[in-house]
Amino acid sequence: MSITLKSEADVRSVGVPRRRRRRHDLAALLYVAPAIMFVLVFFLLPLGMTVWMSLHNWPLIGRPRWIGFANYNALWRDHGFWNALAFTGRYTVAATIGLLAVGLALALFVEKPRPLVGLYRTVFFLPVVIGFASASLLWAWLSSVDAGLFSPLAEQLGLTNGRINLLATFDPAFWSVTVMVIWKMAGFYMIILMSGLQAIPADYHEAARIDGANFWQRFRFITLPLIRRPLALASILCVSGSMLAFDQFYIILAGGPQNQTITAVYWIFNQSFVSFRLGYGSALSVVLLGILMVLSALQLRLFGDREPPR
Amino acid sequence: MTLANEIILPSRAGWRPRFGLHRVLFHVAAVLVALLFLAPIAVVVLASFRPSSEAGLPPLPPWPTGGFSLDSYARLEAFGAGILHHAGNSLFVALGTAAITVVVSLLAGYGFSRFHFPLKGTLFVLILATMMIPFQSILTPLFLILARLGLQNTLTGLILIYVTLQLPFSVFMMRNAFDTVPKEIEEAARLDGATGLRLLAHIMSPIVFPGMVSVGLFAFLNAWNEFLAALVLLTDQDKFTLPVLMTAVRSGHYGSVDWGAVQAGVTVMMIPCLLLFLLLQRYYIRGLTAGSVK
Repeated sequence: MSITLKSEADVRSVGVPRRRRRRHDLAALLYVAPAIMFVLVFFLLPLGMTVWMSLHNWPLIGRPRWIGFANYNALWRDHGFWNALAFTGRYTVAATIGLLAVGLALALFVEKPRPLVGLYRTVFFLPVVIGFASASLLWAWLSSVDAGLFSPLAEQLGLTNGRINLLATFDPAFWSVTVMVIWKMAGFYMIILMSGLQAIPADYHEAARIDGANFWQRFRFITLPLIRRPLALASILCVSGSMLAFDQFYIILAGGPQNQTITAVYWIFNQSFVSFRLGYGSALSVVLLGILMVLSALQLRLFGDREPPR
Repeated sequence: MTLANEIILPSRAGWRPRFGLHRVLFHVAAVLVALLFLAPIAVVVLASFRPSSEAGLPPLPPWPTGGFSLDSYARLEAFGAGILHHAGNSLFVALGTAAITVVVSLLAGYGFSRFHFPLKGTLFVLILATMMIPFQSILTPLFLILARLGLQNTLTGLILIYVTLQLPFSVFMMRNAFDTVPKEIEEAARLDGATGLRLLAHIMSPIVFPGMVSVGLFAFLNAWNEFLAALVLLTDQDKFTLPVLMTAVRSGHYGSVDWGAVQAGVTVMMIPCLLLFLLLQRYYIRGLTAGSVK
């Protein structure tokens, strides 16, 4: 990112007489003021409030009461939250591995310019632009046992004896949602990884081919190391997105079967907006936020970005 | 990237024609995978046109066998305040978010690109930092802040939050767009007497227009599709956007779900996104690569 780079305007304004520059300074603040206002009121203020509220017993109606770290103490013993977090972690691992694998396979598949390849890329990308809610509703229908597609189709093809209710037990329900997410988001990771693949000079592969390296060796020793940055980006986006999963589990499974698919955000949603324990919900949010930051930092470490910062 | 492709092309074109079978296999595989990705979308759109008698049956085959029908769409009218009303809510929120996001990020991008002022770096990082913190974790206070502003349970309140979510990407995008505009254009316009907002509106805006389209497109799509904030912040059924309404439809009445209505609703929600993407694909991909890869 080039935030610290001075733009050309900064450099050139040095020669401008002092009075004129002053006037410009004020005008510039007016230009950026609306954006700053939005960020202050709807981001910085609520962020501070989350921390503040987490130290209170904060009902929806009535006076909030300062209780120090009691919410955080209660959180330690909240099995529901830790179960939700464990489930979210399990889902994140499955979704991230699935998405990066399928995304990379698609990227390798359509990376080279050929006739019609643009059309294929567009089609693979289409599910990305429809919303998570639409995709989830669509999948809820496709997975339903009576009116859906998957079970009746499996029955008609003779794969299963009778119809199986995919959403009634944990494993098929979990995999149904994971497959939906891979279908919906693989195209996104394809584009990110493809831009990395296309940046690899063709000579590298040519040279390795001449030296007798097979496809797997070229992939392992040329492609993978050279797309480390896009891969790190894809992995961070994927992990933080999956750790915040809500729509698909709320819409398709409503947390079922037997409340086994409640994610962390879903648990916070229930605490805050179903039970209206706003202070406790805030404490959970702070913890989730901390976990997300640690995960992102770990991944940056893992992918070992040794290039000097620009 | 195009440059790289042009350089890559000749050397690879040299060996490719020898693999005719290879090429056929590539296209066969690509078409099969493409069908896999298209199938769910095609199935739901086709199934939504089945008559009431077929709506509860599995989509085998997905197309209407008993004649084309709009029954499912008509039945959607019975939910909430009618599908058109809720589509209107969604459209209002999406257009409002897009319009405000474009204006605010145009101004901010211009300010950050062209001027020097105190705390510039800090303020820019502050706006970008919004991206690092997931809004899911600040939803509770947002709920209280909107209530304090008298905007609880309003589409306007929702728009303000969506705009904030779009700002980091949008301001970054517009700042970069202005950075590529030569300073001379601005100086020439200034000599001609155009200053301040008039300069921005008449001279600069047309030049950075592609950036504005990307920013507006992402704002529209994200606002149109957003679910959790709308679910939490809209309590009055009259105000529901499409995702929230359709989730209620999917929950059903007394255990029975009108799947035909769900299919129709999903189609209504998907089609604008697909059309906008196909029409403005260039701007979409530009935004995607600028926003994520940089």
